Amino acid sequence: MEQALVIAAHGSHLNAESSTPTFSHADTVRATGAFSEVRESFWKEEPHFREALRTVDAEEVYLVPLFISEGYFTEQVIPREFRLEEWDPELWDSDGTSADVATLTAGDTGQTVHYCGPVGTHDSMSDVIVQRAKSVTDDPDVGDGVGLAVVGHGTERNENSAKAIEYHADRIAEQDRFDEVKALFMDEDPEVDDVTDFFDSEDSEAHSASGRSHGRRPCEDVVVVPLFIADGYHTQEDIPEDMGLCEDYRDGWDVPETVDGHRIWYAGAVGTEPLMADVVLERTADAGADVSAAIEQIRGESGAGPAAGNNLQ
Amino acid sequence: MDEDPVDALVATAPDGIDFDGLSVEKHADGYTFETPEAVRTGLEEAALRELAAEDAHVGNWYFWHAVAPQTDARWAFLRWLEGAEDHAVPERYDALADGLATEWGQLQVAVSLDGPAGRTYELRHVEDAETPAGELDDHDDPLAARDLAKHDDDGDYRPLKTAPTLQTGWRFPALGAPDIVEAVHAFYPATVQNWHREREGELDIDHWHETVSRQTGIYGVVRTWDRGEGYEHVNWVAEACCDDSQCLKRREWQYDGETELDVDGGDGEFPCREPCSLVIAAARQWTKLEGEQTRTYEFELTPSEKAQVEAIIEAVADGRADDIREADVYDGANRYRTRFLRAKLFDDEGNLAGVETDD
Ligand code: SF4
Repeated sequence: MEQALVIAAHGSHLNAESSTPTFSHADTVRATGAFSEVRESFWKEEPHFREALRTVDAEEVYLVPLFISEGYFTEQVIPREFRLEEWDPELWDSDGTSADVATLTAGDTGQTVHYCGPVGTHDSMSDVIVQRAKSVTDDPDVGDGVGLAVVGHGTERNENSAKAIEYHADRIAEQDRFDEVKALFMDEDPEVDDVTDFFDSEDSEAHSASGRSHGRRPCEDVVVVPLFIADGYHTQEDIPEDMGLCEDYRDGWDVPETVDGHRIWYAGAVGTEPLMADVVLERTADAGADVSAAIEQIRGESGAGPAAGNNLQ
Repeated sequence: MDEDPVDALVATAPDGIDFDGLSVEKHADGYTFETPEAVRTGLEEAALRELAAEDAHVGNWYFWHAVAPQTDARWAFLRWLEGAEDHAVPERYDALADGLATEWGQLQVAVSLDGPAGRTYELRHVEDAETPAGELDDHDDPLAARDLAKHDDDGDYRPLKTAPTLQTGWRFPALGAPDIVEAVHAFYPATVQNWHREREGELDIDHWHETVSRQTGIYGVVRTWDRGEGYEHVNWVAEACCDDSQCLKRREWQYDGETELDVDGGDGEFPCREPCSLVIAAARQWTKLEGEQTRTYEFELTPSEKAQVEAIIEAVADGRADDIREADVYDGANRYRTRFLRAKLFDDEGNLAGVETDD
């Protein structure tokens, strides 16, 4: 039976670039030929969530939210707008970062919809963050002597949003690849404004995401990866100004930019990283789609290495 | 798909063929081959092949069964593009030989024959109908339409795909049948499917009241705008957003299943089945603004100044403000005229005639 992929993303009424990562990840998946159809759909743009399924011919659809965390959008808006009438958040049985899949029937089209957890909480998202650090520094071996900050919104409107950030920071810290890994937030402690403080002291008092501070030396280089799907106001204006990369975002900043004796490597939303297409595929693989060849292809092209999910080298 | 249409016809004849005026059957005494122009019976296979090879009905049958996408909406749309339900094959093939152009919103689709069993579709902006092809940027990939749909001719972002602001200057010179539907989808998402549902009497309309009742989060507030005491506010929304000058969809949603709006839904080819996200986002703002009570302000304006305020509102609402010529001081919404009005009537805080907004 033919299987289709529908990607559900937020989109924007104001920012033309918001949909760009969605289109490019969809194109990457499309090029693998793993699905008979790949469709983008949006909350604020068209095709709207409401009308995406009727444009898909396949009877079996994998629906992957291109969102960072579990919460309001993944638990209420998307199921409602896609008319997944039997939906209940219990079906994911998630602790806030462990959503997998629920198989439901769409009320308007009768299609079978495998409703997957969001890309942001999939284990392989940790790989994308590391990949982001590699591409920002242009160093495939980045890690030694380098600190990594994973930055998110914080709990405003959704407590799971902080959980997703901490989850990946912890996972990456466990790999011992970077000297320090921190989860930082825009609207709560530990705040991204003080980013350099957290990588400063020889015997760091700052909270380490892993709970294990190396405490050897300050990290001169700090890679900052914002866990956002698309670039916009937060990633291109707020965070750079908050960190002191620039006085005014319109002036721009260098990569790296020196702040308080640290070199900050910052280049915008992780969601624009090409390897995100792999996370979309991993979500459908976990939901039963036959996409292993496509996953290998994408990971090969991105230089992320062959293994899925847990293998962070 | 690269099968020969005549081979396909011979292979299918035992099941019987009856399509667009062509009828082919296999009987004990041979084949029958029937079109509105001729009836032949008792044919040997060789004679059938000879007839079939020269008859446009055969290529037409093959195209619609082996080349065109088979899902209902796509198939029906492609049929509609060439008027297939209304025009017999010979007449249609004559028209297709010259290229047959149809409009879909601001798109012009021209269908022409690509051999007897094929079609090719040229897509461009309706306003480029007469533009020489050499002056247009050509694209082959239907997905390129996604980028073209993003900005208007001034480079401004288009949040509403069916706004009548599609940029000009491009062309898809030769799309195949599946790709033309994809390109149309990229310009005007889901319009083909909703148009088809409507033709089948199956359009699932969600009226205003149902749609706002469904909203949660920051949009939940819009529910409070419906107070069960009339729907005038929704008339204003529809007039503001859904008029043909703003959106090419034909608004089919009403206040609710019983209460039609007083505003015309427009003449668009394809329907709108529920208030879109842009309308809901704007309605959220209006819900807040319309919660305010009116109060009486006193201003002194000359009759011409009152008329000028009206002219400015008209010009902005009609998107005409940028088109008013620099020195056209006879137009109340002219920039110099407006700056003069501001210089004369505003105080340092920007209050009209020095009257504070809140007192
Ligand atoms: S709600 Fe109005 S503006 Fe929005 S798509 Fe429908 S007709 Fe157009």
